[in-house]
Amino acid sequence: MTSPDPRDAVLEYIPALRAFARSLTKDAVRADDLVQECLVKAIGNFDKFKEGSNLRAWMFTILRNTFYSERRKAVREAEDPEGEIVGALSVKPEHDGRLQMTEFQDAFRQLKDEHREALTLIGALGMSYEEAAEACEVAIGTMKSRTNRARKELARLMHLDDDTPTELTDSQTLSIVNQSGHM
Amino acid sequence: MPADDADKKRSQDLIDENLKKAFSDTLDEGVPDRFKDLLAQLKEKAPDDPSEEPQK
Repeated sequence: MTSPDPRDAVLEYIPALRAFARSLTKDAVRADDLVQECLVKAIGNFDKFKEGSNLRAWMFTILRNTFYSERRKAVREAEDPEGEIVGALSVKPEHDGRLQMTEFQDAFRQLKDEHREALTLIGALGMSYEEAAEACEVAIGTMKSRTNRARKELARLMHLDDDTPTELTDSQTLSIVNQSGHM
Repeated sequence: MPADDADKKRSQDLIDENLKKAFSDTLDEGVPDRFKDLLAQLKEKAPDDPSEEPQK
């Protein structure tokens, strides 16, 4: 009988890492390549992981650093700062292809990297500010203010702040949210 | 609750809901074999298990 290998725990975080990688790269194929590199590095450096600390945050840091260092290199080589990076967000909406989703993705794509990151980690993946801050190697306060600014910016881009239907009462809104957001 | 706060809450809920939807396909896919296979390969290359004394 073999005892459980602690390295097997990394698999649990693959789905969330893939989601984060898609948000960073805006490309499903590049995202999976990035996750692959992250996995190779994580296992290769597993002895540096402090037992008892947050494995998920540790892996997110590896993925994030890999992405940004490769992008810096790519930008230097291509001398095309940002230009190449502004691709299509290929998180494909297989949900009934609603207009709202397209609008949302357009807006999401326009956010600054640090804002998209914050919203992905906290809004989509449900990380705490503390964990997201650890993953991005910033202070908790920084992560909080990034998240708030990102939400504001996204609301502005989606025009949620100006054309909110005033006739919709809170209880109605709540019931809509409960219906569609039910887990 | 003041109207501003209610609006803010509503737009925040909408944003979070969209965020979850945008990534739900990826999250629901589970772990593709590609990564399971890769982990198995990597473990084979470095069989030492840091939680135990290495078995010679």
